[in-house]
Amino acid sequence: MSNDILMKGNEALAEAALAAGCRFYSGYPITPQTEILEYMSWRMDEVGGTFIQAESELSGINMVMGAAAAGARALTTSSGPGFSLKQEGISYLAASELPAVIVDVMRIGSGLGDIAVGQGDFWQLTRGGGHGDYRTLVLAPASVQENADLICEAFDLAEKYRHPVLVASDAAIGQMIEPVRLPEPRKHDVDRYDWTMKGCQKGDEPRKFQNRYYTDPGYEGFLRNKYAQMEAEEQRFELVEVEDAELILVAYGISSRVCYEAVEIGRERGMKIGLLRPITLYPFPLKAFEKTKTAKAFLTVEMNILGQMVDDVRLACRDSVPVQHFGSIFSIPDTDDILTEAEKILERQAKQS
Amino acid sequence: MILRAPETVSFTTSGFCPGCGHGLAVRLIAEVMEEMALSEKLLAVLDVACGSLAIDAWKFDTVMAAHGRPLPVAVGIKKTRPDHPVMAYIGDGAAYSIGMAEMMHCGIRNDNIVAVVINNNVYGMTGGQCAPTTLPGQKTTSTPYGKDPDISGMPFQVEAAFSGFKVGYLARGGLFDVPTINRSKMLLRTAFEKHMAGDGFCLVELLSPCPTNLHLLPVATMERIRTEVTVYFPLGEFQNNTREGK
Repeated sequence: MSNDILMKGNEALAEAALAAGCRFYSGYPITPQTEILEYMSWRMDEVGGTFIQAESELSGINMVMGAAAAGARALTTSSGPGFSLKQEGISYLAASELPAVIVDVMRIGSGLGDIAVGQGDFWQLTRGGGHGDYRTLVLAPASVQENADLICEAFDLAEKYRHPVLVASDAAIGQMIEPVRLPEPRKHDVDRYDWTMKGCQKGDEPRKFQNRYYTDPGYEGFLRNKYAQMEAEEQRFELVEVEDAELILVAYGISSRVCYEAVEIGRERGMKIGLLRPITLYPFPLKAFEKTKTAKAFLTVEMNILGQMVDDVRLACRDSVPVQHFGSIFSIPDTDDILTEAEKILERQAKQS
Repeated sequence: MILRAPETVSFTTSGFCPGCGHGLAVRLIAEVMEEMALSEKLLAVLDVACGSLAIDAWKFDTVMAAHGRPLPVAVGIKKTRPDHPVMAYIGDGAAYSIGMAEMMHCGIRNDNIVAVVINNNVYGMTGGQCAPTTLPGQKTTSTPYGKDPDISGMPFQVEAAFSGFKVGYLARGGLFDVPTINRSKMLLRTAFEKHMAGDGFCLVELLSPCPTNLHLLPVATMERIRTEVTVYFPLGEFQNNTREGK
């Protein structure tokens, strides 16, 4: 498909996953990701793949683990509480060096929270939400188009590193309808890699998917290098009007969409304001901060209460300037409110200098 | 006497305790695979704990899954490689406690995989705690005064739990003397034949000795299975169904 069509974010993500060669999906219903599961329930059959509505998220992620070990491009999706249940499986995928893609269509809150928009899973997404010594690549789409593009990239990265890759969507990106150009369909061969399960031939060494702590004396160095390579090669970000900006908004996902407008209106009012949009949440785009030398302050704009991204921004700018948080809950941040906060920060900085 | 074993059994130092039933089960599975010419096709999934040591005791492509999750992992493998035999090899804790939801739903969906459940009435690797299969009155490290069924329930019988729906095959064998060991091999063979014929979920439970955690000599452990364990866990074939319209 080469023309733009109108699609809901969740459905565009599902269709693009199929275009990337995904032929295994297992998940469990939870708002606001359920459209992905529903779409897969009929569409996967049309393309000759496997769709399973699992009895739980635990089972769903473990079915994905099996499919991944057998060579399939495998996907599961969830939100908030269900995403927490998948953490056991994600930790095992990381420890077993298995590629898979897991989507978290974020909703608000800890515990049950609510089905409303939220970006409260940043810590869980970027720190490795399960037990042990691992992290996961995290891609954060900010549009329906990026939902489609990044889900494809997620499968490629998962295989490049033999590692689970997370896509941090949110309720707004998942539910809204926008024009999207779907990627060209690609075929994936389950025998593409020698390491996948296919039966051990006489005289060969069997393929074992287990913790390498037991078996590989070089595992420490291997693991450190793996994440060092991700941090060196996989930082993705977008910069908007940062060349002379004194205040830089830092936002991803749906919050960044509002920040484009805030920058545009702020610039019309003569404010030196810009936007840094992380597309990878891990690795956090440190390289972007090499281009923000005129910044006198950063303001993270996120839909959570505690300012979960602030720590990463402070590290990235080495605490050279103040980093503040503008949070919203139950609603997407409002452009005027962001600009009011921005004006206050810029005035304070002007007084100090 | 010459010791013979299938090529898929490793002649390395095993992690299994002396007198443990795992070694017997591993060998029986390897023999059945050899006889059915499936040795180069089998894709296996292990649980953690004692059974996970099989990863070095056999030479099959193997995933070591999280505790209680080998069944869904096996389902994912089978759906991706439908021409291969796919087996989950798990203990009674994985099968009937932490993995109970997975077990029941494999049965309800009649997923086309083989499950081999090693039932030794205790949690072995963690040092002999009470399991859903522990017998009434049995002393374990978490029921030091003996298991009280009023508190912990009666031993879990899978054939009773599965009586409400049809699965491809459901049987229980023993690993406590030569006749039951030979019989268990036939049960495993039937399970794999039905699995390859696409008849659905094929579960073989094997009553297995754990001398370490029962604090008994191996022969006494086997004798205990015959006299005490089979009272609650009768041997036999409970279901043998053919999938219609496959």
